[in-house]
Amino acid sequence: MSAKGAGNEGKIETVEEHPLDHILRQDRLPHIWCPGCGLGSAMTCFAQAIERVDIPLKKQVLLSGIGCTGRIAGYVNVDSYHTTHGRAIPFATGLKIANPELCVTVFSGDGDLFAIGGNHFLHAARRNVDINVICVNNFNYGMTGGQQGPTTPVEAKTSTTRYGSFEHPFNLPYLAAAIGAVYVSRWTTLHCRHLEKSMEKALQKKGFTFIEIISPCPTGFGRPNKLGEGLEELRYYREKSVIKNDASWDELELHMRGEEPVVVGDFVDTERPTYLELEEQMLRAKGLMK
Amino acid sequence: MKYWRRPLDKNKIKTPKGHIYVIPDRCKGCGFCIEFCPKGVLEESKEINRKGYHLPKIADGKEDDCMNCDFCMLICPEFAIYTEEGE
Ligand SMILES: Cc1ncc(C[n+]2csc(CCOP(=O)(O)OP(=O)(O)O)c2C)c(N)n1
Ligand code: SF4
Ligand code: SF4
Ligand code: SF4
Ligand SMILES: [Mg+2]
Repeated sequence: MSAKGAGNEGKIETVEEHPLDHILRQDRLPHIWCPGCGLGSAMTCFAQAIERVDIPLKKQVLLSGIGCTGRIAGYVNVDSYHTTHGRAIPFATGLKIANPELCVTVFSGDGDLFAIGGNHFLHAARRNVDINVICVNNFNYGMTGGQQGPTTPVEAKTSTTRYGSFEHPFNLPYLAAAIGAVYVSRWTTLHCRHLEKSMEKALQKKGFTFIEIISPCPTGFGRPNKLGEGLEELRYYREKSVIKNDASWDELELHMRGEEPVVVGDFVDTERPTYLELEEQMLRAKGLMK
Repeated sequence: MKYWRRPLDKNKIKTPKGHIYVIPDRCKGCGFCIEFCPKGVLEESKEINRKGYHLPKIADGKEDDCMNCDFCMLICPEFAIYTEEGE
């Protein structure tokens, strides 16, 4: 079929360009993600957000580690670095400290950020380094064949938990809030509009921000857990998700099965001096800086 | 649209109208735009693109229903659909 013309039963106009194309690296597209994967929706929301905020694209940097989610740093047309597995946060910390003018965002997967990279997350949040961390939580290691990870829900089947996982998974918003993130929110990829707004907010906010995006991975998680294809998983989010900004931390546990709700919202929005502000304060107090 | 109570400014406020565009060969037929359009404007067409996926099309009788809300654009994982303000 030709890409242009009155095709499509003459009912919808066909074109060759998209208004967000300039935010993406056209030479890298189409992306590698499976049909029904939520990563493309998450990337669209991010592309929209970085274009809408009042921060020039030249000052924005996007970093990621390894995994399907990690590919995002290669697709978005801003300065970026695709670090080794789990190391996007220390790279981001160094970048922000060396050049505080930059708006630094890490976009990566649950395995990358919370298994191999977990320690870096703890310390960047504790120090309140002024960076944004966006985690796509698809409850498994998508890229390497659907293994169990630190967010795999109890009883969920993965290629390494054939009888169902029995480990207690991380409750990511609770973790982020407990160690000092100044902004914490969670959305599913069906909550595009909320997600896009949260991203705008995080980009503009000073301090360590965290957004968890619950996303379908039909290949690694949806099929073994009878959540089906991407579309069916989004229907599940529509049915089970509840927006509750004042939810208790217990309510934010995710089960991804049965009648348990998927609670989403903006949970933390507070202020705390950042790493660089505290350093400056100390240097001034000791007369080491004028 | 049906209202359970007629808004006072119903005559003053115009619902925006949208014009829909697709980039056929980017679509992977996930159906997200079709399922979640709040106005039910889209349906799956019989036509397939170069990759063998069914594209969305405008459903019969829904030609004037798009309200340019942008939701299809945001949820499409493939940057394959968007809308602009129409007349
Ligand atoms: C040092 C190192 N260990 C292991 C791997 C193999 N590996 C690649 S991606 C990945 C996990 C990805 O999971 P996640 O971060 O959740 O990303 P997803 O693919 O689910 O988006 C692993 C273990 C690697 N690339 N490097
Ligand atoms: S394996 Fe999962 S996360 Fe990776 S592209 Fe496929 S659906 Fe997406
Ligand atoms: S812009 Fe909104 S109303 Fe129009 S087709 Fe897209 S989702 Fe439907
Ligand atoms: S959301 Fe995008 S990829 Fe999915 S069916 Fe619609 S146009 Fe095609
Ligand atoms: Mg993952």
